[in-house]
Amino acid sequence: MSEHIVSVRVYITIFLALLVGTALTVAAAFFDFPWRLNTIVALTIAVAKATLVVLYFMHVRYSARLVWVIVASALFWMGILFAFTFSDYFTRHWLSTGY
Amino acid sequence: MIESHATTQEVHGHRALQHHFENMEQQREAGTIGMWVFLVTEIMFFGGMFLAYALYRNMFPAAFASASNHLDITLGAVNTGVLILSSFTMAMAVYFTQVGKQRPQIIALVLTLILGLAFLGIKAVEYHEKYTDRLIPGHLIPGASFGPAVQEHDQPMDAHKLHLLPGATLKQVEMFYWIYFAMTGMHALHMIIGAGLLIFLIIWSMKGRFDPEYHGPVEVVGLYWHFVDIVWIFLFPLLYLLGRHFEH
Repeated sequence: MSEHIVSVRVYITIFLALLVGTALTVAAAFFDFPWRLNTIVALTIAVAKATLVVLYFMHVRYSARLVWVIVASALFWMGILFAFTFSDYFTRHWLSTGY
Repeated sequence: MIESHATTQEVHGHRALQHHFENMEQQREAGTIGMWVFLVTEIMFFGGMFLAYALYRNMFPAAFASASNHLDITLGAVNTGVLILSSFTMAMAVYFTQVGKQRPQIIALVLTLILGLAFLGIKAVEYHEKYTDRLIPGHLIPGASFGPAVQEHDQPMDAHKLHLLPGATLKQVEMFYWIYFAMTGMHALHMIIGAGLLIFLIIWSMKGRFDPEYHGPVEVVGLYWHFVDIVWIFLFPLLYLLGRHFEH
């Protein structure tokens, strides 16, 4: 069996990192950052936490290439969903006709 | 012919090997990939709701911040911790199955189930608070349609009253709560399904069904459980934390 077994050490490290990330995101929420940085900081921490879960808890780092392709395809289609919808909604006010 | 088949089984076969797979490794990998394809559909399903959230939050920023500030940040944060811990115990369950330790494997699965139920319990407490504060949107609950008390500026602060930021209306706050209940409700439904799957895993592992060669079901349920955890990792900051910095 060529299956990679992730060590307990790695699991504990990731678990602690996720807890730190949660504490960070709560702390950051009470700071009044300029512009939309509050949202950007919150999303960056969330993406970092999700990446740790996907790579280590879900073993993607040690999985077959095909799994990487499948995960990437999900992100790609999510990108289409958001990009095309936003490009519609956030440009509507450019027209004087309204909606 | 039957004889030669039996011989092949004895040499290469594991009792759990299905006839359409070459060996256990191929079987496990096919299962993992199948689960990932399902998770892609799940990502798109939740993605649609995150999109709705993003659009309405952009339309009604003040109302979304006001409504979000009414959520219980402590319960939300504790639940995030509970879910992360449950993901850790789930990962440990997979690990103990891979190294063939049955007792720790069962303990890890039971702990995961308990933590999952604890999450749902805390969620239920939160839902009940929203119910008593009349924040269930529309007329979903007969006799308790949406109609929270609004905090007036000249009155003492009341945690059960909704504090509206300038520019927010109750109708827009109701929109936030539709999205809040749709997303957390769907997430909770996934947790309930996950808890059901865990019960099956616990029964099967007590029967000694899994070993280092055959643990596809534990691995696959693990993937599902971690996915549900990831959804919450995004829901928590987006629903609970978005308006806190306006309060200062």
